[in-house]
Amino acid sequence: MSEQNTLSRRRFLATTALGAAAVASGSLAMPYVARAQGAGVKIGLLHPVTGALSYSGQQGRIGATMAVEAINAAGGIKALGGAKIDPVLGDAQSTPDGGNAEVEKMNSAEVSCIIGGYSSSICLAASQTAARYDLPYVVDVGVADSIVTRGLKNTFRFSPGFGVIAKTALDNLAVINDQAGKPAKTVMIVHEDSLFGSGLAKLLNAQLPAKGFEILETIPHPTPTRDFNNVVLKIKAQNPDLVIPANYYNEYVLLARTMLEQHVRPKGIYSVLGGAASSYKFVKDYPDVAKYIMDCNHWYNPNSAQAQELRKTVEDKGQFFTYELYLNYSAVLLVADALERAAATDRGKITAALAGSTFSSPIMPYGPTKFVDGQNQGAAPVNTQVLDNDIKAILPPQFANAKAVFPMPA
Amino acid sequence: MLSPLILITAVLNGLMIGAVYALVALGLTLIYGVLHIINFAHGALMSAALFAAFFAYQKLGLDPYLATFLIAPAFFALGYALQRFVIGPASHGDDRNMLLVTLGLAVLIENALLYAFHADTRTVDLPYAFRSIDLGFTFLALPRVVSFAAVFVVALLLWAIMALTDTGKAIRAVASEKLGAELAGIDVAHIYAVTFGLGTACVAIAACLLVPTYYVTPRAGEAFVLVAFTIVVLGGMGSVPGALIGGLLIGIVESLAGFFLGESLGQVGIFLIFIVVLLVRPRGLFGASA
Repeated sequence: MSEQNTLSRRRFLATTALGAAAVASGSLAMPYVARAQGAGVKIGLLHPVTGALSYSGQQGRIGATMAVEAINAAGGIKALGGAKIDPVLGDAQSTPDGGNAEVEKMNSAEVSCIIGGYSSSICLAASQTAARYDLPYVVDVGVADSIVTRGLKNTFRFSPGFGVIAKTALDNLAVINDQAGKPAKTVMIVHEDSLFGSGLAKLLNAQLPAKGFEILETIPHPTPTRDFNNVVLKIKAQNPDLVIPANYYNEYVLLARTMLEQHVRPKGIYSVLGGAASSYKFVKDYPDVAKYIMDCNHWYNPNSAQAQELRKTVEDKGQFFTYELYLNYSAVLLVADALERAAATDRGKITAALAGSTFSSPIMPYGPTKFVDGQNQGAAPVNTQVLDNDIKAILPPQFANAKAVFPMPA
Repeated sequence: MLSPLILITAVLNGLMIGAVYALVALGLTLIYGVLHIINFAHGALMSAALFAAFFAYQKLGLDPYLATFLIAPAFFALGYALQRFVIGPASHGDDRNMLLVTLGLAVLIENALLYAFHADTRTVDLPYAFRSIDLGFTFLALPRVVSFAAVFVVALLLWAIMALTDTGKAIRAVASEKLGAELAGIDVAHIYAVTFGLGTACVAIAACLLVPTYYVTPRAGEAFVLVAFTIVVLGGMGSVPGALIGGLLIGIVESLAGFFLGESLGQVGIFLIFIVVLLVRPRGLFGASA
């Protein structure tokens, strides 16, 4: 009995102390707007900077912080009296649990919005957790379609999802093949055996025959795979016109290398979200291997002067201009635009401003933003090809800066 | 559809990769044979050696094959120092402690690499990396043929050390009867460290041979060492010829299983053998009956 009394007295004391402190500081109700000048807007930047996805996570963090620096240097958020963006960095440690833990921390730190996640699994978990606090969450990369089909009001994806990318990739493959006079009739698919590769292989198996391609064989492999000689032997035995790899960076490179080693040269190598195919690192490390490889992936608008300028800044720093980087850069710009229109750091107002966004990224080939159920309808992938030791956009025509070379010269 | 030529190529590929497995297993089995511990730090040390070879090429312009002559002695010294000053003293004379210390070292080394170099994949582009030897019916990648040959040279050297030198005799003495060797005046702590150094040098050489065709990450070594454990069990714990033949055998099994069952199931063949060996012949092909 007495214990209970003590407890309640303690609680009472604690509450009054808190109240007294609040009165003393004199500004519980409207702290931010009143002191807007100089007070920062806290934005959570969540990336897997350690663990298996650390390379991608670090690239994403670089892109997001570069955008924050650019916005702050240009005078911050003008609608909030020039308030600077105050980035709260989080490490998802390459796991959904790690992402959740960081969202909790960011919520306690009173961020106004969270950007990032990178992998689909982290994005799914982190955005769900953020939804509990009505905390707006902008997905930077995660392509799983389920991210935006859960009816979460707080979750927005600026970049395209898997379904759109796969459909565009198949349509464009048919276009490229038709333009060249249909040289490719047979296909072999080499895919990694987790959700990403298997899902894609299944989709390709269902839809490629309708586009006039015959699938000779579909070869799964685990990640990591140390040796691709057997896979290449099978490709050699079947001699397909087209090889479609669906795997992550290391395996993609190893497969392409082994094909060159074994003198296996199909008419084309075409990938969808290929692990290495639109990576400047791959092109720089193995120019001969990467030559003529085609990919359908996230890509910047090569005709945008601002995008080229950003690429130069990044490359001058000795970094690679990867999609993680410019997608995060754009996501921060998107949020900054929403902050300008919301003119508040209130989460509900930012969510509303994001939902009504018509922001047009100067970096990405997306056009004005239009969110339907959190998915940007203008988001689309670009077809790229490795040409002249560089990666060129070949489709869609309005963003292309080169013509497809197909079939690839012997 | 399946021509015998393709089958032969698959076997040849298996032999090539099997030779590298064998070298990794050689280091592992050597340490087991003398110290009677499974060295869990083997994979992490291999990753470290991969990085050493990578930076030797990147910073010093040293060809990975030439770098072997620098990195192998350096890793011998590293292995020696690790056993003499860390693993040995920390074990306080109990073999089980040694096992745990190597496990701790593995975590430490791997994370140090991760911290210093990140998980970024690195590769070297060498002018001869894509050179291949035309056998008429198939192409053999030149770097793989070189590594195949090099493994046999290393195995021969190791045999020579063990059979012809005093240190080799001492190692064999400690392996068969530790107390007896100690009574005969052999410095057991020194021999332990030399053995650990030799094992580490083996894995470092394997790393140098791999660099021209493989990628470098803080966890690259791990995948090889898991297979090497199987080889050590197959060949017989502590048996040098067992490791060599076991390595080649496992290479072929992996290659053929991968070819017929698909890459995802290629490793199934290896671990099936692992289980069967444990059931039918637990001491392995060349293991001494305990």
